[in-house]
Amino acid sequence: MLPGSLKLCVFVACLSPLLWLVYAAVQGDLGPDPAEVIIAVSGEWTLRLLGLTLLMSPLRQWLGRPWPIRIRRMLGLFTFFYACLHLLTFAHFFLGWSPAILWEELIERPYITVGFVGWLLMLPLAITSTRGWQRRLGRSWRRLHQLVYPAAVLGCIHLLWQVRSDATEAVVYCAIFALLLGWRARAFLPTQKV
Amino acid sequence: FTPASPGANGFHTSEDQTPFSDASQYCNFYEFGTGKSDPADYAHEMRTEPWTIEIAGEVARPGKLNLEDVLAKFPLEERIYRLRCVEAWSMVIPWLGFPLAALLQHVEPTSKAKYVAFETLHRPKEMRGTRSFGSTIDWPYREGLRLDEAMNPLTLMAVGMYGKTLPNQNGAPIRLVVPWKYGFKSIKSVVRIRLTEEQPPTSWQAQNPREYGFYSNVNPEVDHPRWSQKHERRLPSSIFSPNRIPTAKFNGYGEQVAQLYQGMDLAKYY
Repeated sequence: MLPGSLKLCVFVACLSPLLWLVYAAVQGDLGPDPAEVIIAVSGEWTLRLLGLTLLMSPLRQWLGRPWPIRIRRMLGLFTFFYACLHLLTFAHFFLGWSPAILWEELIERPYITVGFVGWLLMLPLAITSTRGWQRRLGRSWRRLHQLVYPAAVLGCIHLLWQVRSDATEAVVYCAIFALLLGWRARAFLPTQKV
Repeated sequence: FTPASPGANGFHTSEDQTPFSDASQYCNFYEFGTGKSDPADYAHEMRTEPWTIEIAGEVARPGKLNLEDVLAKFPLEERIYRLRCVEAWSMVIPWLGFPLAALLQHVEPTSKAKYVAFETLHRPKEMRGTRSFGSTIDWPYREGLRLDEAMNPLTLMAVGMYGKTLPNQNGAPIRLVVPWKYGFKSIKSVVRIRLTEEQPPTSWQAQNPREYGFYSNVNPEVDHPRWSQKHERRLPSSIFSPNRIPTAKFNGYGEQVAQLYQGMDLAKYY
């Protein structure tokens, strides 16, 4: 596939959850409590796209082709986009845009604290995702973008902490992220000589 | 039935009612799944006929009551109540039912009776949520009230809403409605009522005692580790008008129930 059309396909695919939400909102299909639907959909897609972003570098190694790295930036930016939508939904429906209530939530509810810190960690990554910043930061760009790993861990904790009576879904997400991060941790293990 | 009439006793609120379609489509009834639309999608699998309620424990007249007999014995009246969910959303629902006090007086609690324990139907074949292997709730679902709470005139056994028979997802054929407590106290599809001397265990308290107490009175002053209880979204809410309103202590029924908790530390007995 041509790189251009691949990027277009990925773009449309990443946009589709948002398009679905907008379509459902226009149709009046979000139900009596849209806050619950929007916060769930935006949160789920933040984690799914973050997982896909983290899959790209192993995928390049396995396939030996460069295309996963070419779409990685777009996946990362869409991750941040859904994280922003998630945060905006929270601010709109749950906080009533009150900074005082945000502060109270950050102090009193650890799952909100870790979710918010996860978003904060992704903020500089989104800003410095351009070629220009990559050039300007040189070596430190790579190090800076390793912040995506703690962000992923915080995302998992954010989800786990919200389990009420059924942990199945959260455990599946955590297992996937454990594989993605564990694959990278191999590099730090002592190399075995056969 | 007697239509609700405005009065000082809290039986009737003139606030905008949540439409029937919302109240019957957006439900928590984990026996059918944890999604809000699961109960509306799957509760039809539950058979509600025949239905008996077993009454046991500290009563002079224990036994099994057929639903038909219950309906014949206790005249129905309409009550329009606010319903406040612990998840920080709320509705206004017109219920049809009779005071729980009437039923309890009928079975004559003994002098030892201090609490009332309730149980929901547990029939895994008809309740797919109870078959979910990841669920940590110990079925059947259990709830409880102190006897004086149960005897309060606001406490209702409902068999209908919006002038109709209760839909299965809303707790057919008979459920409890305790408007000053978080919604999960208003146990659905009741099959067993037991009067006890000791405080009975309740499902959410057993599952997570740090988050859910026995009393679970609506209280903006006592925060929940998961959701701030200072505000609520009155449903239907929408993107352009979230309908976010401050939450009132005892869900606005303080005049009727505050005396039940005189001298109690409600932050300790949450």
